[in-house]
Amino acid sequence: MTAITDRQKLQYIAAQAADARVNVELETEGMTLNIGPQHPATHGTLRIVARLDGEQVIAAEPIPGYMHRGYEKLTEVRTYAQVTALVNRIDWLGSFANEVPFILAAEQLMGVEAPPRAQWIRTLLFEMARISNLILFLGDMAVQLGAVTPAFFAFRDREYVLDQIERVTGGRFHPNFDRIGGLKDDLPQGWLADTKATMDKVRSFCDEIEELLMGAEIFQARTRGVGVIPPDVAQQYGLSGANARASGIDWDLRRDQPNGMVYPELDWKVWTHPDGDSFARFWVRLQETREAASIVEQCCDGVPGGPIMAKVPRIIKVPAGEAYVSTENPLGEMGYYVVSKGDLTPFRVKIRSASFNNVSIAPWILRGVYVPDIITILASLYFILGDIDR
Amino acid sequence: MSDDTTTTEAETEAAPADEQRDALVERFRDALGDAVVDTHVLAGKDVWVRVATEAWAEAADVARNRLGARYFGFLSVVDWLPSPFGRSMDSEVDRVLAGEEAAEPPAMEQGVTGGSTRFQVLARVAHVGHPGDYWGVTLKADVPDDTLTVDSWVRTYAGADWHEREAWEMFGVSFAGHPGLRHLYLPGDFEGHPLRKDFPLLARQVKPWPGIVDVEPMPGEADDEDGEGAES
Repeated sequence: MTAITDRQKLQYIAAQAADARVNVELETEGMTLNIGPQHPATHGTLRIVARLDGEQVIAAEPIPGYMHRGYEKLTEVRTYAQVTALVNRIDWLGSFANEVPFILAAEQLMGVEAPPRAQWIRTLLFEMARISNLILFLGDMAVQLGAVTPAFFAFRDREYVLDQIERVTGGRFHPNFDRIGGLKDDLPQGWLADTKATMDKVRSFCDEIEELLMGAEIFQARTRGVGVIPPDVAQQYGLSGANARASGIDWDLRRDQPNGMVYPELDWKVWTHPDGDSFARFWVRLQETREAASIVEQCCDGVPGGPIMAKVPRIIKVPAGEAYVSTENPLGEMGYYVVSKGDLTPFRVKIRSASFNNVSIAPWILRGVYVPDIITILASLYFILGDIDR
Repeated sequence: MSDDTTTTEAETEAAPADEQRDALVERFRDALGDAVVDTHVLAGKDVWVRVATEAWAEAADVARNRLGARYFGFLSVVDWLPSPFGRSMDSEVDRVLAGEEAAEPPAMEQGVTGGSTRFQVLARVAHVGHPGDYWGVTLKADVPDDTLTVDSWVRTYAGADWHEREAWEMFGVSFAGHPGLRHLYLPGDFEGHPLRKDFPLLARQVKPWPGIVDVEPMPGEADDEDGEGAES
């Protein structure tokens, strides 16, 4: 029954297309447009092959894998302490956030809990990583629409945040700071006050971006109603983070599953937007940056004293078992499924990265859009290539 | 934090039964009957449900359409074969290079919900979007050793598409009913399945354990007296 209907449908579409061809003077043949892997409009090396009819996309397929580094295999020959250095490089704009779920999974298997001070500082740095990541999105989104200035603002203001991260961890991009049972070091003197001052700059950056972009007619026209993802489709494809919240799904792992973090003790809000279009995704991320700045400030005020490491053995052997721990990373739900056999190394680590799912919706969402919108929709989905290719 | 606080916390966590997750397991049993082979509840943390291979696609349908886990987390495969190359620092590779006999690998042991095959497919789904009522469940099923095929989830969760393609190329497990199993990451002419345990990691074969090359003592070794490297 359905087969016949489908065939009838196809015949109808073919007839319509034939009519259209007769009717237009200039016949447009289907063509294939290859964007990437090296292209100014792509982030990293995500290649997109789009089949076009005129300006419209009939089918588009992202081709990842140009930067696959095989972390899931490499983790099998690294000790637990060494794995954090690898996973830092998954989402390289919010590196610290990559370490946390892995460490939490190992801690869950070992039955260890970080002392309160370490949990507070973890939350603090986690949100700093989110800010440094999202700031770049807010600037980059404008670049994809043809506005260059916001990107310069973004790089300028992100540097203040990176400076603060560097002062604690020694690394701007790859902190490698989280340890099973706590943290590598304590905070340097005077850092908390400086961080609070930095948050003011973050907030004024958000205001600046809002002023520059939100009201702009071009920005509205290019993002409103473009790339709409209904909530049910978003869930089927496993969209998480701001992409899900921009489709009206009220879900944030920081609130719903705050294991090992201090979010329940803070005053903050989960932002959602009902529209599900590119504009909504931008808007939600803008609000989240502000919210993260407020969380960082509250953490600065609330960090208790005490040790930063729990008592853990010098050589870490994680007891046999399985654990899946995920956290709300800047890009969405990031989780590690860790299988341990009681060795120095994990037996298997499945890395559930947010961008992989977020981009897997691309063939669905790009069908029928116009060529310039390919770029803006992908930019608004916001992926980091390392987070797809792992 | 001292040792005794850690243990008391572990005890208090393990003690209370997890009513919500137990109820979830019951709902799976009601819907799938005998197809639920084994379950495991880690109170307050997580839940695993292993279903029979034939019921793998049905389990997805039950989870999504009857229990409300509409959010698709991930789908992957675990290869339970003990690595023929050893497990950690003093791996078989290094032993053989040092002129020692290669040891027999240990027996194959499946994870928390048991199993009898080398490959197991596992997937994570969750119920999201309702503040205060978030839960996730890890579903598992054995992959038959002879056919290496399980049913595809794409019809239930469209997002399983890429995950199954990845599992197919990385482990060589096929998914019946998948619309187009083709390479996702690897080049089209790639041979072998890299995440299988018997696929050699060449970087590990040609280089010693990272860190061993250093002349400095490893943390916790006998000559590491000052304990400087305690947690690095």
